[in-house]
Amino acid sequence: MISAPDVVAFTKEDEYEEEPYNEPSLPEEYSVPLFPFANQGANPWSKLSGAKFSRDFILISEFSEQVGPQPLLTIPNDTKVFGTFDLNYFSLRIMSVDYQASFVGHPPGSAYPKLNFVEDSKVVLGDSKEGAFAYVHHLTLYDLEARGFVRPFCMAYISADQHKIMQQFQELSAEFSKASECLKSGNRKAFAGELEKKLKDLDYTRTVLHTETEIQKKANDKGFYSSQAIEKANELASVEKSIIEHQDLLKQIRSYPHRKVRGFDLCPGEMEHTQDQADHTSTTSNPDESADSDIYTCRPAYTPKLIKAKSTKCFDKKLKTLEELCDTEYFTQTLAHLSHIEHMFRGDLCYLLTSQIDRALLKQQHITNFLFEDFIEVDDRIVEKQESVPSQTSEDRPPSRSLEECPIPKVLISVGSYKSSVESVLIKMDQEVGNEEYKEVEVTESSSFDPQENLDYLDMDMKGSISSGESIEVLGTEKSTSVLSKSDSQASLTVPLSPQVVRSKAVSHRTISEDSIEVLSTCPSEALIPDDFKASYPSAINEEESYADNEGGIHFKANISPLELGEAQEGGLENTPPQLDSSCCIGKENNGQLVPLPTPAHTLSDEDGVVSIPPQRYKQKDQDFHVDFAAENTNPSRDNSCEAFPAYELDPSHLLASRDVSKTSLDNYSDTVSYVSSVASTSLDRTPSSAHSVNLSSERHKKRAGQNALRFIRQYPFAHPAIYSLLSGRTLVVLGEDETVVRKLVTALSIFVPNYGCCSKPVKHWVSSPLHIMDFQKWKLIGLRRVTSPGSAGTLHTLSRYSRYTSILDLDNKTLRCPLYRGTLVPRLADHRTQIKRGGTYYLHVQSMLTQLCSKAFLYTFCHHLHLPAHDRETEDVVASRQLSFLKLNLGLVNEDIRVVQYLAELLKLHYMQESPGTSNPMLRFDYVPSFLYKI
Amino acid sequence: MLRWLIGGGREPQGLAEKSPLQTVGEEQSRNPYTELLVLKAHHDIVRFLVQLDVNLTNFIFASAGDDGIVIVWNAQTGEKLLELSGHTQKITAITTFPSLKSCEEKNQLILTASADRTVIVWDCDTGSQVRRLSCFQSTVKCLTVLQRLEVWLSGGNDLCVWNRKLELLCKTSHISDTGISALVEIPNNCVAAAVGKELIIFRLVTPTEGSLEWDIIEVKRLLDHQDNILSLINVNGNFVTGSHIGELIIWDVLDWTVQAYERNFWDPSPQLDIQQEVKLCQKPNDVSIHTFTCDEENVFAAVGRGLYVYNFQTKRVIACQKTAHDSNVLHITKLPNRQLTSCSEDGSVRIWELREKQQLVAEPAPTGFFNMWGFGRVNKQASQPVKKQQENATSCSLELIGDLIGHSSSVEMFLYFEDHGLVTCSADHLIILWKNGERESALRSLKLFQKLEENGDLYRAA
Repeated sequence: MISAPDVVAFTKEDEYEEEPYNEPSLPEEYSVPLFPFANQGANPWSKLSGAKFSRDFILISEFSEQVGPQPLLTIPNDTKVFGTFDLNYFSLRIMSVDYQASFVGHPPGSAYPKLNFVEDSKVVLGDSKEGAFAYVHHLTLYDLEARGFVRPFCMAYISADQHKIMQQFQELSAEFSKASECLKSGNRKAFAGELEKKLKDLDYTRTVLHTETEIQKKANDKGFYSSQAIEKANELASVEKSIIEHQDLLKQIRSYPHRKVRGFDLCPGEMEHTQDQADHTSTTSNPDESADSDIYTCRPAYTPKLIKAKSTKCFDKKLKTLEELCDTEYFTQTLAHLSHIEHMFRGDLCYLLTSQIDRALLKQQHITNFLFEDFIEVDDRIVEKQESVPSQTSEDRPPSRSLEECPIPKVLISVGSYKSSVESVLIKMDQEVGNEEYKEVEVTESSSFDPQENLDYLDMDMKGSISSGESIEVLGTEKSTSVLSKSDSQASLTVPLSPQVVRSKAVSHRTISEDSIEVLSTCPSEALIPDDFKASYPSAINEEESYADNEGGIHFKANISPLELGEAQEGGLENTPPQLDSSCCIGKENNGQLVPLPTPAHTLSDEDGVVSIPPQRYKQKDQDFHVDFAAENTNPSRDNSCEAFPAYELDPSHLLASRDVSKTSLDNYSDTVSYVSSVASTSLDRTPSSAHSVNLSSERHKKRAGQNALRFIRQYPFAHPAIYSLLSGRTLVVLGEDETVVRKLVTALSIFVPNYGCCSKPVKHWVSSPLHIMDFQKWKLIGLRRVTSPGSAGTLHTLSRYSRYTSILDLDNKTLRCPLYRGTLVPRLADHRTQIKRGGTYYLHVQSMLTQLCSKAFLYTFCHHLHLPAHDRETEDVVASRQLSFLKLNLGLVNEDIRVVQYLAELLKLHYMQESPGTSNPMLRFDYVPSFLYKI
Repeated sequence: MLRWLIGGGREPQGLAEKSPLQTVGEEQSRNPYTELLVLKAHHDIVRFLVQLDVNLTNFIFASAGDDGIVIVWNAQTGEKLLELSGHTQKITAITTFPSLKSCEEKNQLILTASADRTVIVWDCDTGSQVRRLSCFQSTVKCLTVLQRLEVWLSGGNDLCVWNRKLELLCKTSHISDTGISALVEIPNNCVAAAVGKELIIFRLVTPTEGSLEWDIIEVKRLLDHQDNILSLINVNGNFVTGSHIGELIIWDVLDWTVQAYERNFWDPSPQLDIQQEVKLCQKPNDVSIHTFTCDEENVFAAVGRGLYVYNFQTKRVIACQKTAHDSNVLHITKLPNRQLTSCSEDGSVRIWELREKQQLVAEPAPTGFFNMWGFGRVNKQASQPVKKQQENATSCSLELIGDLIGHSSSVEMFLYFEDHGLVTCSADHLIILWKNGERESALRSLKLFQKLEENGDLYRAA
């Protein structure tokens, strides 16, 4: 809504245009590298890094104890997707980076084998030869027949775009954790069943052996035992021992700490229990056992069989498949979830980020959202983030310290991790160390931190990795060889290096480097300690932040920390408005929407969760920078100026670039160019057309609607009063003979129709029966069939009868009958001389304008003193005049625009008060105002 | 209005007759109803609306109609509270039995009579059927409650008296096949019943020391009407009847004598010079008096398509609107501040205001003027006094200040709530709640902030 993902396409065109004008006189290090893979196809970003697969996919691999690493399945299960990509090879790679040793067996000091409830480990790795980058999620499943009872598996999200992996790490990790949790729950269930069977077998075996021994005893009365008898006795003893061991295992698996599945609602069997868990996470034992016994005990009768004393050779038996390991139900559910993940992360990173920004911003406006937003877009990710809020806030760590909010100094954070990695081969990042490091850094860092410099530093690091040859290199460990002290890192910040030069080198070297797996980061912790895990996340994305520093701007906004959201949600949105008086409200709004904020840091620190300020990832010290950016970023799309801009200027990264000019020592020109080019070369989708099949239809629908709306505005001089009718809740009847024409226009105009609630828009595309009063209450935009036969005079008759409730747009005669409009809002919304050419862009323009309108309506609705008398003696007239002056002076509304805001305010009130949304239609509101007939 | 009046006065007679309907245009600044809510629950014509008094609230009402269902609504929110179904045929009469403070039964009762020859008593708090009476020989066409005596009467082909416990106290013999069309309570334990052309006065004999029996006896038959009596109303000190051919008789409430008799007063027929066909098709309904309403000074009568205001003191029409609607007026109600609301078969509801008329004596075309109002040509015998009245009679005017268009069929009845607007019911099966948009908006704001406060989301500005 605020930002336009589709405008990015223009940057590519621009780049092409610029090609011939490349000045040869430019020093080599300042020249912008052409897109390295441009010769491979017409679409320069379709084959970003020569990856052998066409689009992202999910790979599940196993480290089989018989054959080693092997791929099990891919999602989508289509050979076209991964093409010639060597799954076996990649499985080897991803299975070999599981630093999380899953130890199961006889620990010293324990008589029985102990099950380790191993945390999943999350690793990001890159393989430059294959052009593949992967988020790898390792997990262990239990198998009674496996060595040490465990089977290591991993799920990997493989993409050619490493930034995508990096920047979506948190989301990927959350989603894969869910999938993993589902698998593991199923596995525990299956494992417990397996154990029970085994116990029955053992029990049976014991009885058999026992009777045999008894028989032998009786048969043998010589007074000494035969060797056979001794053997039997030994066997019996081992069976006894085995029974005890297995019982112990069963107990262990049943007492699996349930709090781990907190907030995880996918597993059908455990749904009802998770609630309990969330409530009393500390007192786990009792409810867990009862819960677990429910799950694990109800199984069909099983006939036990005799167990041979010596089991078959390990390699002879067939290992259980993944489906067998997990309950089939759970398995299919996991697969469904994985394909959901695949859908979720489809497409370009840029798209994902903008849609995240969208969602985050939309979420802030959850009270007004229903008016103009499509509700299909509301994704479960938002829900999930909401859910994660309690666990976040429950941590006693102060919000300002949580690392995820502060992405800028992450390079320095990683220093800590390097240090730790020196000490042990396992790259288990010590969270505390990282934190301390970070805190120190925070103190020393000046508040004017520059991502540009950050970039330079990163690129220097990149050079270090270039030389790597035939080795699996772990970047972190490698760096640890040249231990960077804090002062070092600070010194390096000031190195005035041109970023793109380094980047280009890095890119070129990268292509040369053979067979290298770069483990970009590991992340050992899991949902059990979500905060820790999340805190370590920034360090996970640090290394390759590098040449997409421009993304940083988006990135900060995009990865809104759950904590911040939570704060905004709890402390802010619905709460703040009443507490602000009108002038205050207006001040805030201006900050966010109209003019760049002069001293935003103060307002932020005064009250967090202010309505119009985008979510913050920054800490206090970074805020002014941040809000600056936000203001700049939102400005073009918010006010009308975007119409005058070339489309690429709408690109947030571009804006960011121009902002940074003053802070960098770099040449203004090259800086800007570098942004454009880097956007084009790195962060664009390889195949934009193939992306987002889920949202594709709605996306296309929006574009078409925007295009048709644009056409309508250009074609009809009376478009303004027509749109005013829609915005003010007066039903617009589009009358015409041709169904397709009417439908098209109705679809186009529906973007202006405010919604009643969460249900679909009050739009009726095509009606041929006479209208009724109910229709005007229910529908705000109606396509009506004009019938020429005399029998249908009733249709027109009712139309004229109810003319006071309707505006009538006659497509055949090109007339409009509706009230006069003299406001200034609609001309800005629907300017027939607009420079916007693309439907999608226009749609977004409309959306942003309407969002602005919604926020006005919100202020008007929720300002306490506007609607209630200040004291008992105040008359209604005084209140009414106060409302009017607020609307006119503070919200800057003119004439009929007031009616629009008043109508939206009524909808807001109704929506807010509705206990069960969508149950009833709102009343039909109307005015006794004269209508006029407009003609072309 | 005034312009139309003057212009209309100058128009040729025929033209004035053809398009006399006053219109108000799209701009109705004095029409407060800017919000409507359509309530759809009935499956047939909705004919009756009755206000209930549940738990001391005054915004509950019940609707009933030809589908035999009674539905209880909240006029504030438009919420459907109860659906009472029990009748198999259309409902012919509905009334409420208010709760008695002395009585242990606190609940208000609804009595409904239906064409299935039953009367059902409902508890309007719970919606349960208290009792079903099916001992009627004929359809009960009217119900009336004598609250003072704690009895209720049902009028069909005979008149029955019931007490609150639903015991039959007494009944008359068979009165007529047409049955009682209207009942009204008058003093001295009497009721006036309209039976065809006749008006019958019954007296109710209450139990005394001598006899414990209730009885009802016919006291008098009044035969002054020449056609069927359609409307009957009890006004302060008088009761008024109106008949199909436009007779309006004002009776004394104590001795049942005729106080005033108006016959051809509003007869529009005398335009003998106009085409006969027009008259013929207009005539039957044009003069019938469908309904009355009244205040202290005036009787407001819906006569055919027109509205007439008859003053008690001066005993003449002080204002009228000959064609107030396109079709017959079905119900009128006097609102406070001199407003009058009427609904009609043409599907519209119109709001009128009674205004003192100024300087109408100066009207230059007296004949045309009177013709337009329908007072012009009267029968010879009535001509002289009527004419005299007219000269200084129409001192007021009914001005249209707004119309409510929503129903697609005839509006059968409406109910006015002081604070919650107007409820109309119609033959298009719908009930529409008309509300004052501004007031509703303010109320919603109030509720909004109440809710915010309940949720603890309301903070004082620092």
